[in-house]
Amino acid sequence: MAGATRPETRPVSPHLSIWRWHVTMLSSILHRVTGVALYGAAILFALWLMAAAAGPEIYAPVQQVLTSPLGGLALYLIVAALAYHLANGIRHLVFDMGAGLQPSDADTSAWFAILFAIAAPIGLWALVTFGA
Amino acid sequence: MSAPERSMRTPLGKVRHHGAGHGGTGHFIAARVTSIALAILAPWFAVSAALAIRDGSYLGAIDFLSNPFNAVGVILLLSVGLYHMSIGMQEVILDYIARPITKMVLLILNAFIPFALAAGAIFAVLLVNFGA
Repeated sequence: MAGATRPETRPVSPHLSIWRWHVTMLSSILHRVTGVALYGAAILFALWLMAAAAGPEIYAPVQQVLTSPLGGLALYLIVAALAYHLANGIRHLVFDMGAGLQPSDADTSAWFAILFAIAAPIGLWALVTFGA
Repeated sequence: MSAPERSMRTPLGKVRHHGAGHGGTGHFIAARVTSIALAILAPWFAVSAALAIRDGSYLGAIDFLSNPFNAVGVILLLSVGLYHMSIGMQEVILDYIARPITKMVLLILNAFIPFALAAGAIFAVLLVNFGA
């Protein structure tokens, strides 16, 4: 990204518009997007704790939101974002050790992270609904 | 910085203050070390809180947070998680925000918000356990 204070036009590296879409690119973008989304989720998490400490009257509307369809959808998406960021984060830790960097391996692990993000919230929902 | 004659930066580059801030290695390592802790803490919280507080009720939340193991786990998740997300958001801001004033304001907010959330949320957990 060219800085606002740069006086001259410099060559910039090719960006999103020039690359063919591939799954490792998607996995990298999703890691950022889910990371930023989880920043918002952490704010909600902290507010939830403060509401619990503030007492039942202040917590009452929080429970209403949590049990509403929209709240359920939000929790579902938060778990999906968390699952993706977790799986892809572990993938990056493996990359940092110099392993799994072959294109075919990186493609496979990227797909695994995406599938895990889809499966994890369904699994958690099933555990809460049908589990012990 | 201790041996200027071996620096890779040009004198003009130093005067203009462009280029790397030379504080990145610590953040690089901290992001990865905190991610290892979060790979344990975050799934633990998601599963155990979802199972313990199925109805999203006030009493469910209080029961969960009153358990000493859960309280310590939540405080750890808050401390490590908020630190990790602060490092991540700083990287995002530095990557995408070019305008110096906007960048500075966002970096300062990103330094304040996680601390404010941590103080409020950790105090909330303590209040649930030791409050009146």
